[in-house]
Amino acid sequence: MAPCSLLFKAKLSRPRRYLSTLICTLGCLLLVACGNGENNVSTGLQSQTLHWGNGAEPQELDPHIVTGIPEHHIIVGLLEGLVLKDPATLEPTPGMAERWEISDDGKTYTFHIRDNARWSNGDPVTSEDFVWSWWRALQPALGNLYAYMYYPIKNAEAYATGKLDDFSQVGVKAINAKTLEVTLANPTPYFLQLLDHYSMFPVHRATIEKFGEPAERGTRWTRAGNFVGNGPFILTQWDLNRLVMIEKNPTYYDADKVRLNAIRFYPTENTSTEERMFRAGQLHVTGSLPADKIAVYKETNPQALRISPYLGTYFYRVNTKAEHLADKRIRRALAMAVNRQQIIDTVTKGGQTPAFTFTPPNTLGYTAEDGFVEDIAAAKALLAEAGYPNGEGFPPTEILYNTSEGHRKLAVAIQQMWKKNLNIDISLNNQDWKVYLDSEASGNFQISRAGWIGDYVDPNTFLDMWLTDGGNNRTGWHSDEYDQLISEAAPAASEREQRYAHFRRAEAILMDAMPIIPIYTYNSTHLVHTHVKGMPSNILDYPLYKQLYLSED
Amino acid sequence: MLRFILMRLLQAIPVLLVVITVTFFLVRLAPGGPFSAEKAVPAEVLKALEARYHLDQPVIQQYFSYLGDLAHGDFGPSFKYPGRSVNEMIAAGLPATAELGLYAMCFALLIGASAGIIAALKPNTAQDYIPMSTAMLGICMPSFLLGPLLMLVFGVWLEWVPVSGWGDIPGDKILPALTLASGYTAYIARLSRGGMLEVMSQDYIRTARAKGLPEWKVVLKHGLRGGMIPVIAFIGPAFAGLLSGSFVVETIFQIPGLGRFYVQAAFNRDYTMIMGTTVLFATLIILFNLLADILAVWLNPRLRDLYKSGGA
Repeated sequence: MAPCSLLFKAKLSRPRRYLSTLICTLGCLLLVACGNGENNVSTGLQSQTLHWGNGAEPQELDPHIVTGIPEHHIIVGLLEGLVLKDPATLEPTPGMAERWEISDDGKTYTFHIRDNARWSNGDPVTSEDFVWSWWRALQPALGNLYAYMYYPIKNAEAYATGKLDDFSQVGVKAINAKTLEVTLANPTPYFLQLLDHYSMFPVHRATIEKFGEPAERGTRWTRAGNFVGNGPFILTQWDLNRLVMIEKNPTYYDADKVRLNAIRFYPTENTSTEERMFRAGQLHVTGSLPADKIAVYKETNPQALRISPYLGTYFYRVNTKAEHLADKRIRRALAMAVNRQQIIDTVTKGGQTPAFTFTPPNTLGYTAEDGFVEDIAAAKALLAEAGYPNGEGFPPTEILYNTSEGHRKLAVAIQQMWKKNLNIDISLNNQDWKVYLDSEASGNFQISRAGWIGDYVDPNTFLDMWLTDGGNNRTGWHSDEYDQLISEAAPAASEREQRYAHFRRAEAILMDAMPIIPIYTYNSTHLVHTHVKGMPSNILDYPLYKQLYLSED
Repeated sequence: MLRFILMRLLQAIPVLLVVITVTFFLVRLAPGGPFSAEKAVPAEVLKALEARYHLDQPVIQQYFSYLGDLAHGDFGPSFKYPGRSVNEMIAAGLPATAELGLYAMCFALLIGASAGIIAALKPNTAQDYIPMSTAMLGICMPSFLLGPLLMLVFGVWLEWVPVSGWGDIPGDKILPALTLASGYTAYIARLSRGGMLEVMSQDYIRTARAKGLPEWKVVLKHGLRGGMIPVIAFIGPAFAGLLSGSFVVETIFQIPGLGRFYVQAAFNRDYTMIMGTTVLFATLIILFNLLADILAVWLNPRLRDLYKSGGA
C-alpha cells in the first residue's frame, strides 16, 4: 500500500470525525505559530540585530567582481577602504588610513595606514595589502567591470587594457609597511571619493591564494567561514537566496564604537512582500517601496517613510543616427513637450524632482543651468521648423523600454503628452532586460528609456559618459568641444569653481544638442523603523554601519 | 512489470537528449548575452569572461563539451553567480522546492480528496455544491492573488504566522504550502468526486450494499479504491507541476527554492543555470509520470494482470 492510501484508510474510518480532526490540525498548526507579540524588530532591539531588506541575492561578495547595490550593502560591512565617508556630508573621513597628504600639484597622495588596523584573522593591514589588491583588481581575467574606477591612477588604464605589462609602472607604491603612495595621471579632485567604493577595497591575499589563483573568478574565499575582512563585521552565514548574516568583528580598530551585534540581509526581490514583512515587524529597513504604497504611508505611517534625493537621473536616450531624430530641433521639441511634474504626481508618485539637466542638482556643490524649459508652443514651432507642422508626416517613432510596469506607465504618459501636445504618434516597445540591453548597445532603437546612477559624488561620473564613442553613450551623438572640455580642460583645472565652470559649459552643449531627454532626478525610497538610529539620508543612499544602532527613544 | 519500467526508462533517454539539445541552442539564439550589462562592458573584460566560460569556442564544440560534462553529472559554473556552480545551486534550492511541493501535495490530497468524497456521497445537494463551488474558486484564484491575501490576513492582521521566510520562524511554511496547494486541491476534489460517482454506481457497490454493509464501509472499503484511481494518476504530473511551477509562490513568499532560479536564469541568460534546471525538471517530470503509471497499474487489477501475463 502506498503511504498516502494507508493514510486514507487509517484516517478515513469516520469521514465526519476525520474532517473535524483535519480542521483541528490545521488550526493547531496555525496556533503553534501564534507569536506572543515577538518579532524580528522586538528581538532585534534586545540583541542589537538589524534586519535589512536587501533587494536581491548577492551575486558574489568579492569586491573586485561585483557591480550591484545589494552586494555593496554587505561588502561595506565586511571590508574597509583607505577612507570612509561621513554619511551626513559625504566628505571623506579616515578609514584604514588615519591621515593622508596631497602634494601641491594634486597628483601624489600619501596615505598613512593605522597601526591598529587588522584583518579579522589578526594579521595587520599593510600598504602591501593595498598594492596587491589593486594589482588583482586590474587583472582582466577577473572580469572587473569597475576597473575604470582606478583609471585616475597613473598607468592604471594602460595596465588594465593590456597596453602595459609592468605593474611597477602603475602609480601605486608601498613606501613602508604602513605608508602607501598613490600617483595620479592628472589632478583628480574626486579621487578620495572613489576610495570608499568597494572596487577599491583591499582583500586578504593569503586567503585568496589559499582558495585559488589571485585572478580566478568565483573561488570559495568569499564563503562564510573563509572570508577574512578588515571591516566592522565578519561574514558568519550565507545561505543562498535566504540570508546573509554578518556579525561584529572584534579585531576591527573601532570595535568599541560598533554598537550593532549583527546585521541580517534578506534577498527581498518582491517589493510588495518586503513591504508586508516590514508591516509584520520582520524588517527594520526595506530596500524600496512600491510606488502605489507611498501615498498610503504618507497618510498612515509617515515616520517610517524615508524619501530623499538620490544621485541618479531617469532619462530617455535619443538615437541621433535615426533619420528624423538626427535633427536637434526635433529632439528639443520632444524634451520640451513633456510635463515632468505631472508624471511625478500621477505616475511615479515618489516626489522625485523634475530634471532639466543630466547631472543631478547639487552634486557636491555642482548645479548646471537648466538646459531647456517646458514650452508646448515653442516645441510646436521647433517641430514645424523641422518640417512637421502640427506633427503632420512625422515618421513612425518608437519608445523602447525594458519590461517593467513602472517604465510602461511612464512611457504611456509620455506617448500621450507627445500626441496631445505635438500631434505625433509614438508606439511603445517593451523588451526583456537582456534583449533591451542588446538593442540599445547595438543602436537598434529610436528612443529608449534609461537611468544612470553616479558611481561617486562628482559631476564627472555623469558627464564623461557622453564622450565620443563612450561605451555608455549609445546615442551616436558627439561633439569635439564637449570632449575637449571633459577630457582636457576640466582635469587640468586647479580650482573647483574653474573645473565646475568647464562642466557647466559642457553640460550646456549636451543639453543644447539634447541626445538625451532628462525626465527626473531619482529619489531613494525606503521604509525605516523608528528604532533605527544613526542613519542619516544622503544622495548616495550610503549607510555607515558602525554608527548605526537600535533604540526605542 | 520490470520490463515495463525498464522500457520506459530507456525511452526517457532520447527524450532528455532532445530537451537538452533544443534548450542548448535556443538559449544561445536568444538576443542579449549573459554578460551584457547596463554599464558598457570593456572589450578586454568581455573577452576574458567569454574565455573563462568557454563561450569563445564554436557552439558545436561547446555543445559536445557540455554533454561530456553532463555525463559526469557536472552542470558547470553559474554565469550570474560567479562563485557558485549550478550543481551547488540546485543542491541548495531543490530541498526547499521539494519540501514545499510535498506539503502542498499533502494539503491538496487531504483537503481535496475529502471534499470530493463528501460531495460525491450526495450528488446535486448542498453537500455537493458547497465544496465543489469552493473548489472552482480555488482553481480560478491565481496564487499571486491568494498568496498576498493569506499574507495580509494571517501575517499582517492576525499576526499568526510570518509573512515570508523559510524555516527561519516557526510557521513560515504554512502559508506558502496552502497557496501552492489551492489549485491542486480544487482539481483533486473534482477528480475524486468524478471518480467516486462513477464507482458508486457500479454493480459491485450495489452488491456490497445488498450484503447489508454499513454505508461508510461501502464507501471506504469498496468505493475508495476504484474512485481514487484518477487522483492517483494525477499525483505524478501534479507533483512534477508543483516542483516546476512553484516559481510564483517562491517569489511571493521569498522561499529559497529552485523555481526562483529557473525563471531568473532565463532573464539573466545564465546559460548553464537554464540548462541545469531544465534538465533536472525534465528528468523529474519523466520520473513522476513513470511513478504514476506504475501506481495506476498496481492499483488496477485488470492492468496488473495484463502486465503480468505480458511480462512473463
